[in-house]
Amino acid sequence: MASRLLKNRHVLGWLEAAPLTLVLLAFLIAPIVMIVIVSFWGATEFSIYPAFQFDNYEFLFGSPVTYRVFWATLKYAFITWALTLAIGFTVAYFLAFHVRSLTMQIALFLVCTIPFWTSNIIRMISWIPFLGRNGIANQTLISWGVIDEPLEWLLYSDFSVILAFVHLYTLFMVVPIFNTMMRIDKSLLEAARDNGASGFQTLIHVILPLTKPGIMIGTIFVVTLVMGDFITVRFMSGSQRANVGRLISNDIGLLQYPSAAATAVVLLGTVLIVIAILLRFVNIRKEL
Amino acid sequence: MDRRPRSFYVLAAFFGLFVLFLYGPILTIGILSFQGPQGGLTFPMNGVSLHWFRDLFQEQAVGDIWGAFRRSFALGLMVMVTTVIVSVMAGLAFRKRFVGSGLIFYAAITSLVIPSILISLGVGLIFNQLGLKVHWATSGFGSQLTWTLPFGLLIMFAVFNRFDKSYEEAARDQGATAWQTIRFVVLPIIAPSLIGVALFGFTLSYDEFARTLLTAGSYNTLPLEIFGMTTNVTTPVIYALGTLTTLFSFGIIAAFLLGVWIMGKRRARLGSDAGKGV
Repeated sequence: MASRLLKNRHVLGWLEAAPLTLVLLAFLIAPIVMIVIVSFWGATEFSIYPAFQFDNYEFLFGSPVTYRVFWATLKYAFITWALTLAIGFTVAYFLAFHVRSLTMQIALFLVCTIPFWTSNIIRMISWIPFLGRNGIANQTLISWGVIDEPLEWLLYSDFSVILAFVHLYTLFMVVPIFNTMMRIDKSLLEAARDNGASGFQTLIHVILPLTKPGIMIGTIFVVTLVMGDFITVRFMSGSQRANVGRLISNDIGLLQYPSAAATAVVLLGTVLIVIAILLRFVNIRKEL
Repeated sequence: MDRRPRSFYVLAAFFGLFVLFLYGPILTIGILSFQGPQGGLTFPMNGVSLHWFRDLFQEQAVGDIWGAFRRSFALGLMVMVTTVIVSVMAGLAFRKRFVGSGLIFYAAITSLVIPSILISLGVGLIFNQLGLKVHWATSGFGSQLTWTLPFGLLIMFAVFNRFDKSYEEAARDQGATAWQTIRFVVLPIIAPSLIGVALFGFTLSYDEFARTLLTAGSYNTLPLEIFGMTTNVTTPVIYALGTLTTLFSFGIIAAFLLGVWIMGKRRARLGSDAGKGV
């Protein structure tokens, strides 16, 4: 009986997936449920208490700050998306179609991915000697005579925030786009050339459409990482800019967990809607 | 081989700039960490010394970074082992297309795209309400798994999408049990990819910040410790620490990649003699 049960693929499948399922239940599903519950709770200065009230949401949707901050978050996401896509696509295109030996492709691809396995915090810190008032960028521009006095907006501004996002997340575009480009049948490109298409026409009419799934996967990564971020914005803007993540982390700092939870619920809803839209265009499991 | 078109050189230059953009900043702090004792956070160099590296080894100058390093290292190993085992099992499960697999798959994708601060906040709240103390080895460990497991799972999908089922069928036809097939056929074939999963597991945990923030408890991991330093340390000692931990990461990555490479070589040497007329 037991051995017959073990031969059933559904039973065996669930057994093999059980560890993953348990981790996700305990550390993903339960926390989300908890946040939704706590978003209806109340808070005093020192503690939180169970309740069922909509105060947190009323306050959230009643405050003009909320809309401004959500707007800023979407703006960061969009600008970062456009830049990482442009850079990531170009880099992946070069690697996939202009580098000729496979060994060289793998080596250069690794060069692009290695920073992903190092610390984001350090990578952010490493911009400071570049962008500061007396940083390398300002010193260079002054010595070239381009500017007379240091630019103030290089560090602790929207510019530095977006620069850091692009620096941190472009490889999330490079990897999936490169992956799909490598699977494009080279004979399609030959066919395009034989039919008289220029290199640029081949790029637009053949390569770009075939690369869409990779672009979609990269987009999902970049958009969700930027929308959920709180540390890059805080660090690179010197706490002078806000996004939704910072709104949540500020509330947490003040021990206002119910209010933080309500904001988190709205943020999660926004992110999931964006993902749901993007997933309509791509089947992730088929593309790996 | 035909001549390279002009676009090749433009794109190559673009790629070179991109690599400079990726590595330039970290190289800069590598250089600046050798500042003289009077040196500041930016150029010019005020002498060259190992002063700031020496500072790292004195507790009172920088707090408990070595304790933090030990914790991060231990946690990285725990997460690495768990990620490999759980991902392989889940990867095998998903090949069976069992009822409800779609649900687990979407949960894993959610785990990947959910804003990290939600995991931090939610796990922190649960532990708090249950009266448990958050600790890096319990709540921190679980929170990091929500980040590393989806990557492990995606790699396993990529691996099994390219897996030739006839090897398994051959093993079964020769009378191997299900377990024997996995142990002696499937696992050896996917072994190099498992090194990749291990690399993701270790490095993503070692550098994880947002999901560990509210779940590590009173003993910080290294990224938390470094972030704490950014608010109150204004000397190049933070560059020295950044340089050391980045070098450590590079060393780990090199070791893993070397492992994959050696395994590939061995396989090429000791591989099949099929079709060679032996």
